[in-house]
Amino acid sequence: MSVTQAHENNPEQWQQNEVAGTMHVRASKPVLDISHKTILYLENISVSFDGFKAINDLNLYIDAGELRCIIGPNGAGKTTMMDIITGKTRPDTGQAWFGQQINLLEMSEPEIAQAGIGRKFQKPTVFEFHSVFENLELSMAGDKGVWATLTAKLSSEQRDRIDAVLKLIGLQAHRDQYAGALSHGQKQWLEIGMLLMQNPKLLLVDEPVAGMTHQEMDRTAELLTSLAGEHSVVVVEHDMDFVRSIARTVTVLHQGSVLAEGSMNEVQNDPRVIEVYLGESPC
Amino acid sequence: MFILNMLKKDTGGKIFLSLLLTVALVVPILHLAFPTDSPLHISTYAITLLGKYLAFALLAVAVDLAWGYLGILSLGHGAFFALGGYAMGIYLMRQIGERGVYGDPLLPDFMVFLNWDSLPWFWYGFDMFWFAALMVMLIPGLLAFVFGWFAFRSRVTGVYLSIITQALTYALMLAFFRNEMGFGGNNGLTDFKDILGFNLQADSTRLVLFVISSLLLALGYIACRAIVTSRLGRVAVAIRDAENRTRFVGYKVEHFKLAIFTFSAVLAGIAGALYVPQVGIINPGEFSPLNSIEIVIWVAIGGRGTLYGAAMGALLVNYAKSYFTAALPEVWLFALGTLFVLVTVFLSKGLVGVFQRFGRRGI
Repeated sequence: MSVTQAHENNPEQWQQNEVAGTMHVRASKPVLDISHKTILYLENISVSFDGFKAINDLNLYIDAGELRCIIGPNGAGKTTMMDIITGKTRPDTGQAWFGQQINLLEMSEPEIAQAGIGRKFQKPTVFEFHSVFENLELSMAGDKGVWATLTAKLSSEQRDRIDAVLKLIGLQAHRDQYAGALSHGQKQWLEIGMLLMQNPKLLLVDEPVAGMTHQEMDRTAELLTSLAGEHSVVVVEHDMDFVRSIARTVTVLHQGSVLAEGSMNEVQNDPRVIEVYLGESPC
Repeated sequence: MFILNMLKKDTGGKIFLSLLLTVALVVPILHLAFPTDSPLHISTYAITLLGKYLAFALLAVAVDLAWGYLGILSLGHGAFFALGGYAMGIYLMRQIGERGVYGDPLLPDFMVFLNWDSLPWFWYGFDMFWFAALMVMLIPGLLAFVFGWFAFRSRVTGVYLSIITQALTYALMLAFFRNEMGFGGNNGLTDFKDILGFNLQADSTRLVLFVISSLLLALGYIACRAIVTSRLGRVAVAIRDAENRTRFVGYKVEHFKLAIFTFSAVLAGIAGALYVPQVGIINPGEFSPLNSIEIVIWVAIGGRGTLYGAAMGALLVNYAKSYFTAALPEVWLFALGTLFVLVTVFLSKGLVGVFQRFGRRGI
């Protein structure tokens, strides 16, 4: 990945990149550069599976510190989009950049995770045979090589950090319990906690309130809104009440591309959106 | 100190290691202190048999590390065991020297018989024990590394991986059966005379081999325990239970699999090298896919994911095998099969699970 590539990508931003570029010459790995306030660029992305266009010329920009909700009917390409950002699926065409400097399409899943993109799956996946504490320990940012993990020892700062996240996700009482024994909602929180341990800059959260009670939903909304600002958060969700309670900007996906974008009110009153999505289930 | 700390929570391991060290001490004493006709005397034959079981136990621990903790069900660990055994076997062949039937100072009997006029290049160096010892670990390790590199990088998992490991050992068996391979073909390597200058037939040598087997089993166990109690071990279990999650948390899953699989193969190689001098032969039959499946059965019966369970399983099943194949030879395979089915259906945690249940009830 070179700076020039980034320039070709956004020629109009040449000058400022020059400054940012010189700053990063010393670092061996490209560093997250959000000098343009945009943390994620998806440009002209298309991907098809056996002829079915899951993503069709998708353009999406996420600002640093933003909380963005993405909605769309089933098959709109929401999960595929997350797969592309996290390196699980490679697009046929298009560009995906994390900040100005990091080309996501050249990186593997672990590299992307270490660069600062955390992902929560649709179905909560935690390490069931590890305690809640160990789940967070394993997710902690740091050297994740084989030898480093063999010799790893928890420092007291790291312990404090884990305890702080435990508190944030409200699972202190379950610290030493097997993660497999948690309730569905608690697993969702644990997974969000695991993302936080990675010190991500961008959190991709797929259906965080599926299967949650209203009470749990409120707490999750609180948690996610508190994370925005320091982190950028992208939430994919079906539950309209939940989206309304947290959304500032909503993007509607339809047939693999962006149909509409704006505040919840604007989107809700957009006739095209009503036709494809909200029309089916007015909320 | 470090070891004691590590074993603090490992009750089963403490019991296992204490038993193992007791046996390693008591057996030589009983052998030396009591006359041959005393009921307390342990014969050289029994000691050698026990030593063989210990080598199998080490092999089972190696398989359990990969299967129980990393979720890689290898049905080809017999190959690594056999390769370690062959490396040791070649060393022992080179020690025969002029004492072979044909009396050739350099060539082993089977090469003279095949009218070969020089030693194949890959037999060089094996006259030195240190070189052979290195190869015992290096050859299985290298094979596992190369195999794992391709398999794990292509994300072959589950049943498919098991089948490929099975194919690996089968292919090696066919290759080693060929005389042209230069490893004695069908008959393998045998007629060993001495190891490091000590006569292999002597009681004292056999006793020492037995004690070394116990110590290496203990060391192998401790090394595996160190791995599984470290964060590396927790990453391994994470990979076993949720491979994708582990990847998205930022671990390069392939590297972890490769490292642990290779280490496991090295341990299997060492087990093979302990086995060969005690049984006095290594032949391509050791590569037989059935052998590798049997190892997995030992681990399942003992209780996978515990390490000590795997070792105990290997000891118990092999003892039963020695007993049954002598007393009721036709019954053995049926008994083993039935045992395996019963254990997988009713005791998913193996015999260790049964003890744990009783232990909890007792408290």
